[in-house]
Amino acid sequence: MPQIFHRSFNTLSRVSIFGAVFILAAVATVIGQIVRSPHVTGAHVVVVQPVPFSHKHHVGGLGIDCRYCHTSVEDSAFAGLPPTKTCMNCHSQVWSDAPMLEPVRSSFREDKSIEWVRVNNLPDFVYFDHSIHLNKGVGCVTCHGQVDEMPLTWRENSLSMEWCLDCHRQPALFIRPRENVFDMHWEPPSDRAALGRQLIGEYKIATPRQLTNCSICHR
Amino acid sequence: MQRRDFLSMMTATLAAAGLNGCSETLPEKIVPYVRPPEEVVPGKPLYFATAMPMAGYAMPLIAESNMGRPTKVDGNPEHPASLGAASAIAQASVWSLYDPDRSQTVTNDGRISTWESFVSALASPLAERSAAQGDGLSLLTGAITSPTLAWQLEMLLQKFPRAKWHAYEPVGCDNARAGSRLAFGNYVDSQYRFDRADAILSLDRDFLSHGPACLRHAKDFAARRRPGQPPNRLYVVESTPSITGAKADHRFPLRARDITTLAYLLGERLGVRAVSSPQEITPPTAVPWLDVLIRDLQEHKGTSLVLAGDEQPPAVHALVHAINAALGNIDNTVFYSEPVEARPVEHVESLKELVSDIAQGRVAILAIAGGNPAFTAPVDFQFSKLLESVPFRIRLGIYEDETSALCHWHIPEAHYLESWGDARAFDGTATILQPLINPLYRGKNASEFLSALIDQSPQTGYDIVRTFWKGRMGTDFETAWRRALHDGVVSGTTAQTRTVSLVPNFAVPAPLPGQGDVEVLFRPDPSIFDGSMANNPWLQELPKPITKLTWDNAALISPTTAERLELTNGDVVELRDGSYTLQAPVWISPGHANDSLTLHFGYGRTRAGQIGTGRGFNAYAIRTSGAPTIAHSSIRKTGARVPLASTQSHHAMEGRDPVRTIVAGSAVEHEGLSDASLYPPRPAADYAWGMSIDLSACIGCNACVVACQAENNIPYVGKSEVANGREMHWIRIDTYFDGGNENPDFLFQPVPCMHCENAPCELVCPVGATTHSVEGLNEQTYNRCVGTRYCSNNCPYKVRRFNFLQYADYETPTFKLLNNPDVTVRSRGVMEKCTYCVQRINHARITAEKEGRRIRDGEIVTACQATCPADAIVFGDISDPQSRVARLKAEPRDYRLLGELNTRPRTTYLSRLVNPHPDAPKENRRG
Repeated sequence: MPQIFHRSFNTLSRVSIFGAVFILAAVATVIGQIVRSPHVTGAHVVVVQPVPFSHKHHVGGLGIDCRYCHTSVEDSAFAGLPPTKTCMNCHSQVWSDAPMLEPVRSSFREDKSIEWVRVNNLPDFVYFDHSIHLNKGVGCVTCHGQVDEMPLTWRENSLSMEWCLDCHRQPALFIRPRENVFDMHWEPPSDRAALGRQLIGEYKIATPRQLTNCSICHR
Repeated sequence: MQRRDFLSMMTATLAAAGLNGCSETLPEKIVPYVRPPEEVVPGKPLYFATAMPMAGYAMPLIAESNMGRPTKVDGNPEHPASLGAASAIAQASVWSLYDPDRSQTVTNDGRISTWESFVSALASPLAERSAAQGDGLSLLTGAITSPTLAWQLEMLLQKFPRAKWHAYEPVGCDNARAGSRLAFGNYVDSQYRFDRADAILSLDRDFLSHGPACLRHAKDFAARRRPGQPPNRLYVVESTPSITGAKADHRFPLRARDITTLAYLLGERLGVRAVSSPQEITPPTAVPWLDVLIRDLQEHKGTSLVLAGDEQPPAVHALVHAINAALGNIDNTVFYSEPVEARPVEHVESLKELVSDIAQGRVAILAIAGGNPAFTAPVDFQFSKLLESVPFRIRLGIYEDETSALCHWHIPEAHYLESWGDARAFDGTATILQPLINPLYRGKNASEFLSALIDQSPQTGYDIVRTFWKGRMGTDFETAWRRALHDGVVSGTTAQTRTVSLVPNFAVPAPLPGQGDVEVLFRPDPSIFDGSMANNPWLQELPKPITKLTWDNAALISPTTAERLELTNGDVVELRDGSYTLQAPVWISPGHANDSLTLHFGYGRTRAGQIGTGRGFNAYAIRTSGAPTIAHSSIRKTGARVPLASTQSHHAMEGRDPVRTIVAGSAVEHEGLSDASLYPPRPAADYAWGMSIDLSACIGCNACVVACQAENNIPYVGKSEVANGREMHWIRIDTYFDGGNENPDFLFQPVPCMHCENAPCELVCPVGATTHSVEGLNEQTYNRCVGTRYCSNNCPYKVRRFNFLQYADYETPTFKLLNNPDVTVRSRGVMEKCTYCVQRINHARITAEKEGRRIRDGEIVTACQATCPADAIVFGDISDPQSRVARLKAEPRDYRLLGELNTRPRTTYLSRLVNPHPDAPKENRRG
């Protein structure tokens, strides 16, 4: 029976079997990069809003506290978005005829809500609670980034489960004293892990074994 | 086309379909208030006290509102008629609020119209009636306990002195009312104190699941069935197996008319001389424990209690009053009060008056507020036909139903969660109904409807109810009003008890003999009641107690009678009573009285909506005004068959003991199973969640099933899917029949997920979608589940439910409002099951941690536990020996379901306690 394959196929097949491992690894890496890329996660992508609201101006410039607008952040799962009334507290006096703020004024006039576009969004099967995170010493900046430096608002982090678990697995590296959670410029001490361990004891933060239970976030 | 082209096109299609799955979700909007209401914290629910009117009587509730959407109701712990419990119907009523089939607009002769046009169209006919002193104006309502409505009706009758007000409830208390007049000379309401009763006899009275007081009865009754309490003893003679019969220590099935005879016999034996000639009574089939019963009743003078069923004739009710008087029970276990209903009438008589008025052409305007008389009126009244002869017909109704179709004007009625109003409970305690949401379809409530008849310009419900209560709540009205709204109780409104005495020469007419092949009993459906809840799928899919039927009614029949007539489940029979006939499929019900047939109302609707129309048969079609509860008919097998969907096809325990029974007072040892395992023990955590279910208390009323459905966004699946065994309830009530077909013992066992410590489901999940939490929860993570169903196959308790199809409704806009925001809505291909209400655990944990303390015992109440009228379910931390659940689990009667499998379930059961009389014949004892 004649040879069907040329002798060179021996080498070729060895190379391709060996090479397949690399190709698969490369494909996996590329997919991994894609799903973590801002294109998919939306991190660092500016979201267009009905009013170009600047946290940089209001927080960084004027020094308004987070809780002036996000009122329920310490009490509820949802931080809360300010009602038009909150905007009008100031803007009936300052910049009261700026064309940029017309949507705010018309909302107030016509009693019709402003439809903001969600920036930080989690899937519907994830139940995140702002209040308990603040209570346990997770600062606003830890998840939302330097909001005081954002002229328009974007999502700072991927909000993927992997990212959540980074902290749930070792909270010591991320938490800060409770009195500093709203501080946009808190400087961690050199040994942050030691402070973290101390705060875990003080704030009775659950063990990673418990913090990584599925029902902590999914229900 | 070439084969090759075809394949390549298929590939392209598949690839396109795959890409479709990757499409980005649309950006979500956040829409804050313009001016925020004061109390609302976004993301946190608010609770309001209100009440659901059911057949006129208040069912006191606390309703939960999530950002303006009512999503869940529970009983009001402050109110004596609820004490925290809510019935299955109340739990399901939230669905009806969002029902897209509710009538959404005022219609005039079927054309869309407006409320304003209605008010102006009403003006001239009303002016004509006004000129005639109201002659020709008739009003038909259901039973009314609402003080405000009663006041408005009084005003109406003042303005139109010759107008007539009729009240009709298809499931009422006519017999009891007539009976109280026979006994005492006037109408009185009876109230029972089950907490004080040691020996109870029910003559066909299902006091645990029917009537406005049933939740309170269940609560008081079950409290006497716990160790440490002197146990009560319940004797039940009944025709249709009921949950009350299932809880009996001695039960005996008898035809309803034999129960009537038994009541006479009992009267004679207990010294009530009420019948002119006792010889007229033919004793029924001997009740084996009759002598024991009579002795027991006589030994418990003042602490016994005899009750008669609403279906029994007035004479039996009168006799029972006399018996209770003879036993010294009055003012001890039975109390009497003025009727709570604003104008107590016998409803069939009241409707009869209206019908004869219409027949004689004396009605010019007929306003029908609520009810559905075209469907529910006794068939011999020919109400639908007569109705069409009234010149001006107005209807206020939640649905555009059978009655609306025959009326000129239909006004959409507001749901109770949308309206201001009030209502009184069985004991008279009034509750202010407050709305949680603006009427979704601009509905009007009964007060506003009546206002259109009375006032120059109709007032709002809020103004009307406040005007009425002003001056009736003491001097500081605003404070009292806010207090009443907050508590859900208007203080000082409880009906006063009154002393009664038997009429002199008390006598009742002798029982009438029945004719016909079989006796026919009419009863309200256990799920959809009189038919008013027919369009509610949560109730339609709720397996009816004992029969476990869903989505249909059936003629219930005893196995012996079925054998005699050669009938099997689903065989259609034709019943004939005079000129009225009815075809109905039969369902064999062990423990049913022989030669007797039970028909449940509510089915056979022709205009109920997408859910309820065309299901089952209409029992009202052979119900006459002469025999509205017990009739007789001939029966004939037709040969046709109707498929019926039941959720449990096998009711024998087969020598195993899933439900265990203990005779009260006997010594029991804790089963003490070994916890040996090859797996290393799990490290302890802060809490260990567990549940204890007391089978002694459980009355099998189904309230937990619907409460769980409402709390956990559980979808309904429809009749054909139930027939495929795909119902989705996270907690089911298994029902076993023990001991023969004639008079078996009925055993109920609620089965949620057992949260096994050695959970068989967890080991077989290939994707880690079901895992074990450190606190012992068996978690189900929907977003990980790929739907292999291995877990369900490996679960010995069969509590896992799979979304075979897309059951959850993502499309209908109103149902988006119904969902509990704290629980994921599951999609097709996902397994789900009881989570121990993990959302409530997490809420409690977050609250406790923010306050820097441990979760308190009793702080977490699961949805099933909260609604249970019998307090059968207790949840908590079993690692704390002082917790209520740990103490219950330490009781010797605690046992594990299928404990021999060593799954170490966290949910365990407490054996059922029974208390049969030691002198009763062995074969007639429970346990």
